Amino acid sequence: MTAWIPLLVILPLSGAFLIAIFSGMFKRIGGILTPLFMLILTCLGFMFFFRETDVLVYHIGGWELYNGIPVGIHFVVDGLSVLMVAIINLMGFLASFYSVSYIRKFTGEKYYYALFCLMVAGMNGVVLTGDLFNMFIFLEIAVISSYALVAFGIEREELEASFKYQVLGGVASLVILLGIALIYWNTGTLNIADIAIVLKENGDNKLISFVQVLLIAGFGLKAAMIPFHAWLPDAHSSAPSPISAMLSGVLIKAVGVYAIMRLFFNMFTLSYEISMLITVIGAVSMVGGVLLAVGQWDFKRLLAYHSISQMGYVVLGVGMGMVILSVGGSRDVAVLAIAGGLYHMVNHAVFKGLLFLNAGAVEYKTGTRMLREMGGLSNNMPLTSATYFSASMAISGIPPFNGFFSKLLIIIAAVQGGFYLMAILAVVVSIITLASFLKVHRYAFIGFSRFKNKKMFGEAPFGMGLPMVILAVLCLGLSLLIIPFFRDIFLSPAVNTLIHTLDYSQPILGLLP
Amino acid sequence: MMTRGMTNIVKTTTRLICGVIFIFGIYLVSHGHLTPGGGFAGGTVMAGAFILLVLAFGDDVKHLRKTEEGSSTLENLAILLFLLMGVAGMLFGANVFFKNFLEAGTMGELFSAGVIPFLNILIGIEVAAALFTVFLAFVIFKEEEK
Repeated sequence: MTAWIPLLVILPLSGAFLIAIFSGMFKRIGGILTPLFMLILTCLGFMFFFRETDVLVYHIGGWELYNGIPVGIHFVVDGLSVLMVAIINLMGFLASFYSVSYIRKFTGEKYYYALFCLMVAGMNGVVLTGDLFNMFIFLEIAVISSYALVAFGIEREELEASFKYQVLGGVASLVILLGIALIYWNTGTLNIADIAIVLKENGDNKLISFVQVLLIAGFGLKAAMIPFHAWLPDAHSSAPSPISAMLSGVLIKAVGVYAIMRLFFNMFTLSYEISMLITVIGAVSMVGGVLLAVGQWDFKRLLAYHSISQMGYVVLGVGMGMVILSVGGSRDVAVLAIAGGLYHMVNHAVFKGLLFLNAGAVEYKTGTRMLREMGGLSNNMPLTSATYFSASMAISGIPPFNGFFSKLLIIIAAVQGGFYLMAILAVVVSIITLASFLKVHRYAFIGFSRFKNKKMFGEAPFGMGLPMVILAVLCLGLSLLIIPFFRDIFLSPAVNTLIHTLDYSQPILGLLP
Repeated sequence: MMTRGMTNIVKTTTRLICGVIFIFGIYLVSHGHLTPGGGFAGGTVMAGAFILLVLAFGDDVKHLRKTEEGSSTLENLAILLFLLMGVAGMLFGANVFFKNFLEAGTMGELFSAGVIPFLNILIGIEVAAALFTVFLAFVIFKEEEK
């Protein structure tokens, strides 16, 4: 099964350039090739859940050790990366399928699909690679394509959002690169597993603490945690809707939160101060995001602020796990906190992706994103309305939907770990989230129509409807992850990767040629 | 009659110097595995030769747009071939992505180092075409504004 790993990067990369070359001859090639490739990638991603050994390592170029240091790049498939790969490619497939109908109103289709494939290739690379500098390269591939995709509408607003995103993203990349350079200077190796061993032997030092702060700032900017969130509401609301779903659903997770989790659990030695910093950042994002969101009247902007808030839950859960592990507290509580964080990350990808697709369908049919100008859409667009209802209940944590269970895990872990303030905040934020989504429901979907021209809007076309229905079913279906049978296949391996912090290095260095 | 481009002095100098620059770029690319430089540096120099020609002689927008299309396609083709070289490593020999599957040869000779010279050449084409495309996009944008 190891031989299939590089396909996760080769397929989307080749797709991007094939589309760019051949779309001159065949107009429709982008719309056919992208969903097809994404479907294959999704199947590949889910295949890796059923791998024979716990960790698969692929050595690119077959380089051997040099003076005991692994110099080549290698791809690592373990519990955490396979979870990320599955989310990325599933959301990529649904978003690209949705794009086929949605993107017809734009010009320059071929650039859209080529950039889409490049973005997916970059994200797959980030979550697969076991090399720190290679992670930076793939991160730049993903992020630079997203800069172009945010500006795809080339109106004034889109260009401004993209420029803001580029400037802040550039600062983040610079900070991350500086951090990586300092690590290389200090340890003399770039392999994450090898760095972990070297750092463990050298013990704590001031430079590494500085690097940790740099990396929190850099990846925090990419993940739009609260002090660094300024670019996200603009960028995610200006992009075409399937791209918003990709950006909010998976990009901020793959290049931001995933990188923080991987580096701080498996590479650095956990320290109480840094873990507490991450937890506080998560809590501040959770509260701040929802307070900023509740007053918004732009549908997509409201969703974008909720992304900050929901990612706050993820970082809070994972951060609490880090704190408990670093002070040597109960392992079971740490497992619960991390599982809650990861579970909420999967759930957030599904329901936030669906909400952005809903917003896209509404905008596609009515031409507006302002809630005050809508109303009565549940009569005209029953499918969009129903799927929106499912997603909004999931994000606000109403029982049968998936969001309830992940928030419950986080809150139980917070109470058991002694973070009573965090537990109360998590409950309060969940209630405000519900209020803000009921507001959208009230203004957009029920009541009387406030549209200027009183014509009837039809339902969104099939190509846009199907992904929304699949995601709405997933909103309910992912609740099953709480059942031990499914949890052991999908979620537990990822939690184990994080909880056994330095064991990450053992299989990777052991498997080197 | 309106003449395009710059003065005769510039045109003559460009005519003399442009070929030399281009050959220097090819030298940098082809000796990438032996000397400092390589695909990226050589590609930049090659793009410089083309950019110099367009600056000195000028061109009309229609023709420029056609050139841009061509160089954009060339760029995509080069990067796709680069990827194919990596995939070829999977198909021949050790079944590893980006495996150096050719004979390494003697160190210091022009024909050595297996696939690395070929990868350098592809990077050279890619970088030259990409930089030239970026330059043309700016020129076309400015011409259209007039």
